Amino acid sequence: MSLPAGRPRPEPTPETQHFWEGARAGELRLQRCTACEKVYFPPRPFCPGCGSREVAVFAASGRATLHSYVIHHRKVPGFEPPYAIAVVELEEGPRMMTNIVDCPQTPEALQLDMELEVAFTPMDDEISLPLFRPAQGSDRGERA
Amino acid sequence: MSIAPGSIAIVGAAESTRIGAVPEMSQIMLHADAALNALADAGLKPADIDGVACTGAMMTQQIAHYLGITPKWVDGTSVGGCSFMLHVRHAAAAIAAGYCRTVLITHGESGKSRINATPRPPEPQSLNGQFEAPYGPFGPPTLFPIPVLRYMKTYGVTHEQLAMVAVVQREWAGRNPRAAQREPITVDDVLNSRMIAYPFRLLQCCLVTDGGGALILTSADRARDFPQPPAYLLGTGESVETNMISQMEDFTSSRAFRVAGPTAFQAAGIRHADVDHLMIYDAFAHLPLYGLEDLGFVGRGEAGAFIEARHTAPGGRLPMNTNGGGLSYTHTGMYGMFALQESVRQVRGQAPAQVPDVKVSVCHGVGGMFSASGTVILGRERP
Repeated sequence: MSLPAGRPRPEPTPETQHFWEGARAGELRLQRCTACEKVYFPPRPFCPGCGSREVAVFAASGRATLHSYVIHHRKVPGFEPPYAIAVVELEEGPRMMTNIVDCPQTPEALQLDMELEVAFTPMDDEISLPLFRPAQGSDRGERA
Repeated sequence: MSIAPGSIAIVGAAESTRIGAVPEMSQIMLHADAALNALADAGLKPADIDGVACTGAMMTQQIAHYLGITPKWVDGTSVGGCSFMLHVRHAAAAIAAGYCRTVLITHGESGKSRINATPRPPEPQSLNGQFEAPYGPFGPPTLFPIPVLRYMKTYGVTHEQLAMVAVVQREWAGRNPRAAQREPITVDDVLNSRMIAYPFRLLQCCLVTDGGGALILTSADRARDFPQPPAYLLGTGESVETNMISQMEDFTSSRAFRVAGPTAFQAAGIRHADVDHLMIYDAFAHLPLYGLEDLGFVGRGEAGAFIEARHTAPGGRLPMNTNGGGLSYTHTGMYGMFALQESVRQVRGQAPAQVPDVKVSVCHGVGGMFSASGTVILGRERP
């Protein structure tokens, strides 16, 4: 799958470089605090729970559930309406914004709490976006 | 130490001469037009002002110089559409501390005509630019409603209840000659209006207008010297959470609301039963629901049914958004100033859709997609 031109392109910073390098390598990288074990997102080199600078990067499972979304119906650069702007809840706890692919962009198909898995999708040689699709082998029902 | 309830008062309040489509004024002139109207309302001249607050990077110096004011105190707090609630709070503290005596708070925004308007693109290196913008949000209609489906599923709130918010506010707008949209609408009209970002349709999204507003605050000891009835400041609160809506800790409730609202109630020393009139910033139809619940007027998940039962409608026991709100009155982009203006009018007894005998008005604002909040409680009498 390729992405149409015009989508806003993220520019990594020193604090987020590991996330985007992971995405390019097909790995969803989160951070965990060594002191209090909080897992957090978006990336930063310290724990937003306790302030410790002792944090470690790790590869998340890529499994998530659909937390909420809107389906945008207006044409904007880089997107073909209607398209869902979604927030998913990762298995490890943090939430992130994304798009849901390989799935009709309808309220009927997009059921809250449906199981998802990450599907990295390249924008260019440097940036791959962590999009999500219905989990393979899932009946797309709610997680038990 | 806290400021005694009623020790600071709003003694001047006005909107720009025209609101809606105002193509004859740039953004800075909308500030100035509203400021001049508020000064006239208070019987003051620019030289009488020694404190200035407005939103925007380096805007306080632009506004002060444009109006010919030499301030001893400035506040440029810019946290979105509720910034003015925070300005009121900060101004009260500054007056109480003796930093200044008479504060002018201004708002002007050419939201519709976009003359000298502020651009708001997310920088691609910002956290929003890296972790939200690539997924296609395009302005508030695609961001602010993102939590709504989770809220609806959690509490069984219906599309019809969320449509009723717009219906009730149009009823209030019908009583207000300055409201942009005054024709009555039904739940079916709302649910058949053009889809913008599911679950919200056109009539559940705020207007986009031009306009301005200004407030003048001073010590309550001087408040009787002004031509208008004072609106006494009983209590205030403020907070921020996150400017990434994807990172809100709870999609069914705003943490910033839960801090700002109770802080203001506690400072004012009032209970919910004391509230005669309520404004809850309604950029989109779900905000009054979150506000009613997070401020404790109703229990969790009860706000949809509360509005559906017409408790906030004309004749209801908790009149809310009586100017028609951001949905039907006006919404420049930062509506909080207009909510404050309506609270002042109601406390003065001068509103077009006047609620009988308003002694206490609660005005609750939101900023930047649930990222910030400010609450201001006004009273007709000094406690």
